[in-house]
Amino acid sequence: MEPFKKLTGIVAPVDRVNVDTDAIIPKQFLKRIERSGFGQFLFYEWRFDESGEVNPEFEPNKPRYEGASVLISRANFGCGSSREHAPWAILDYGYKVIIAPSYADIFYNNCFKNGILPIKLSEEQVEDLFQRTAKNDGYKLEVDLENKTISDESGLSIQFELDEHRRQFLLQGLDDIGLTLQHEDKIAAYEAQTPGYLR
Amino acid sequence: MIGSVKIFADILCNVGVNIMAKRTMFEKIWDNHVIHQEEGKPSVIYIDLQLVHEVTSPQAFEGLRMSGRKVRRPDLTFATMDHNVPTQDRFNIKDPISKQQIDTLTKNCQDFGVTLFDLNTIDQGVVHVMGPELGLTCPGKTIVCGDSHTSTHGAFGALAFGIGTSEVEHVLATQCLQQSKAKTMEVRFKGSRKPGVTAKDMILGVIAQYGTDFATGYVIEYRGEAISSLTMEERMTICNMSIEAGARAGLIAPDETTFEYLRGRQYVPADFDAAVEAWKALATDEGAQFDSVVDFDVDALIPQVTWGTSPGMGTNITASVPNPADLPTENERKAAEKALEYMDLKPGTPMSSINIDYVFIGSCTNGRISDLRAAAEIARGYKVNENVTAIVVPGSGRVKLQAEEEGLDVIFKEAGFEWRDAGCSMCLAMNPDVLKPGQRCASTSNRNFEGRQGRGGRTHLVSPAMAVAAAIKGHFTDVRDWEIKSPVLN
Repeated sequence: MEPFKKLTGIVAPVDRVNVDTDAIIPKQFLKRIERSGFGQFLFYEWRFDESGEVNPEFEPNKPRYEGASVLISRANFGCGSSREHAPWAILDYGYKVIIAPSYADIFYNNCFKNGILPIKLSEEQVEDLFQRTAKNDGYKLEVDLENKTISDESGLSIQFELDEHRRQFLLQGLDDIGLTLQHEDKIAAYEAQTPGYLR
Repeated sequence: MIGSVKIFADILCNVGVNIMAKRTMFEKIWDNHVIHQEEGKPSVIYIDLQLVHEVTSPQAFEGLRMSGRKVRRPDLTFATMDHNVPTQDRFNIKDPISKQQIDTLTKNCQDFGVTLFDLNTIDQGVVHVMGPELGLTCPGKTIVCGDSHTSTHGAFGALAFGIGTSEVEHVLATQCLQQSKAKTMEVRFKGSRKPGVTAKDMILGVIAQYGTDFATGYVIEYRGEAISSLTMEERMTICNMSIEAGARAGLIAPDETTFEYLRGRQYVPADFDAAVEAWKALATDEGAQFDSVVDFDVDALIPQVTWGTSPGMGTNITASVPNPADLPTENERKAAEKALEYMDLKPGTPMSSINIDYVFIGSCTNGRISDLRAAAEIARGYKVNENVTAIVVPGSGRVKLQAEEEGLDVIFKEAGFEWRDAGCSMCLAMNPDVLKPGQRCASTSNRNFEGRQGRGGRTHLVSPAMAVAAAIKGHFTDVRDWEIKSPVLN
């Protein structure tokens, strides 16, 4: 996995609560057997109309958000299905940071497995970012994981919280299967004494 | 050794010897499975069972190949195909990408030595129907699957939760997961269920009252007389939709109902009676503290119907579509407005006046034999409305066979329902069972998200009885007023 340290990028808004993983990547695109190539289907039914034309009403489709790498949205982002195709699509499309007031558990966990940084801020801070994004064409944020800060060119500076283990995991781009396998002796010992009611 | 010491300690606690703190069921199962823990890091916990399906596993097996790893415990790993499977002419999979995904699962199971219940076996079915049927799901186990509705298995007092594909690979390779311990929540059901009110209404009611993220970060334990009096299949319906409340998992304490359901099933422990004794010790200790407690009034509950595009947007069948302006926050108002626009509904419309085009009976929420019996009870002697297409999709090959032995298929067909083969079907419409844009569906499944059952499709979540009544009337109707012509149930 690619380590994540610091990024400066254009911010794109998806102004909805409860953005579910069916909306992030609809089921008709889950049939691929690779991890790659899902970005073209991100938010498919919002990005494109029924004839497959680009929907100009969907905010991130507007030219000012082209090349965005930071996604802002509302509470309970990533709810619903556990499909890891959702973070795969987000990353493949080009977003590396998500900012929202809260996330569904499985989606949040899936992000870290793929080098995406999901940041939790208060409702008020997220609302402020929505307003700054709306007011400033090409609005950019600098996201610094080393120092856990978000800043913009007009002096905004926010310190965000993140579990230290998760921070190190992203900074170093760790292979967590390898980490678990360091406990091979303990796993084997556990297996040797499995109680009968679990067999 | 550690595990048996802990079980011994549990037994001591139960007889009143206070040598350990009082623990919830979740904490007991968790403690029994910790392989390694360190301050400031997630714990490494052992996984007793992984269920695998075709959609979320191909990249996990590919990851194993790329890193030269094997499946550590193929004997604790069981696979079936369910999401893509056609429910008619099932061996003739016309979508080449669906076929490739199913063929890939078959090859992966062969290559890595994993038991697969494929389309040729009676055991094939929705993965969360299959596990309990085979007795793979047992109390006290940790169970994972690359599917959020893995919470279903919590009905047995197993700690069961959905994971992403990277974690599927992790468990295949190590039989362990790195997990941070969730917080505990007690959902107390007060009172008792009235006739016509089902387990589906109970969980839809809870989510309508408390929202789709009230349990994020928690493992729920459902408690109360209204829970312990439920059958295993009803308990599975409740636990299934824990994820729709945001919960990591849902649990119900194992009891005689659980043990009787499991006794004699294929994969239960060889020494079943000894296992039952150990399972009895799993229940939450009297006086154990939950991090959060929520109450729900079952006495006042009546049949539920959702009106929006999130499972929490639901109401009573006797109520009307709400007015977004009445909601407390700006975000909720905007969400409700968007939902009503998508659903093509006007505030104030009585729920019972909403016409439907399609009915789907099935899924890991409501595709079991008791669901089909309840559906047949309402259907017998009636005809599906001429404007409605209605399909019944059994949750597994075994459910289908059982239903046919009881003659339920005949009841459905005579009433004008289509009788299909087992699979996930229109719960998520990855197979050919898809709503057309604008079609409105009464569905016994678990999610009413935009496009879930097909682009532009409009989903209303209901119980099986409510879905059948809607199929016959052509619009939603209060099943409590239904005249049962010829009872199926005792």
